[in-house]
Amino acid sequence: MLDDSDRRLLRQLQADPTQPVTDLAQAAGLPLATTYKRLERLEAQGILRGQRATIHWPALGYAVEVSLRITLDKTNPRAFDEFLAAAREVPEVVEIQTFLGRVDARLAVIARSMSHYQEIYRDRILSLPHIADIEALMHVATVKNQQTLPL
Amino acid sequence: MIDLDATDRALLRALQQDASLAASELGRRVGLSQPAAWRRIKRLTEAGVIGPRRLDLDLEALGFGVTVFLGVKLALKGRVSLQDFERAVSAIPEVQTVEHVLGLYDFRLRVVARDLPDFERVLRRRIMTLPGVGQVEANVLLSEERRHGPLG
Repeated sequence: MLDDSDRRLLRQLQADPTQPVTDLAQAAGLPLATTYKRLERLEAQGILRGQRATIHWPALGYAVEVSLRITLDKTNPRAFDEFLAAAREVPEVVEIQTFLGRVDARLAVIARSMSHYQEIYRDRILSLPHIADIEALMHVATVKNQQTLPL
Repeated sequence: MIDLDATDRALLRALQQDASLAASELGRRVGLSQPAAWRRIKRLTEAGVIGPRRLDLDLEALGFGVTVFLGVKLALKGRVSLQDFERAVSAIPEVQTVEHVLGLYDFRLRVVARDLPDFERVLRRRIMTLPGVGQVEANVLLSEERRHGPLG
């Protein structure tokens, strides 16, 4: 189980995953050796799985991001699996989520321009299997992006 | 905007998997020397291609069993300032991301909670009381995968 020191450590690590362990130890108020030991334990327990780089797509010319909210035809028991498998084949799909709610799935799609988006939408998205309905939300701005946990 | 070659794309794919890899290990994976890999990563970072690192944590083990996406429509448009809403919603610790969108909703929020009753508390006390909030739609996240994207 996690204690307060673990939480403090994770909170500091979340704030800046790139900081050296010495800084982390200081920020969390723990001795360096203890910090190493705790990090190792959190990794061994599978709580701390690793660090991933995110790609800032606009820097590569992908100026458009659209969230497609999809309702599937659930009369077919294979609908979810087949839809997800086909969506994975579209390179411009950068995120796939499934939900319990009014929508079944969401695809985050990036494109270089609106005409490029239209091309992807017509040629690759509309041909995905078992779609009953699609709603699009166009990304305007990111106001907050802090996928940190309130530990 | 910078052009990528196949080696840059391979480096970015590796970093998406594990951002803590040292330049020597990254270079070994894509067939570069340590200094060559380091130079390329520096160039990609300076061009703003590599965004912030994300810690991959087991949410459930940490006691956050529920992630919910909310679509929020503002009521009384023009009479509430977007900035007021944005400031207030960004200050809620359980709200991880806030995106301004165009379409059926005005904002898209990602919310973490310990369980459904905890989510209900956040929704009622923190979200529904925000300035200008109108219609809200909630979808509970079941699964999520991040793809490489168009990196070859």
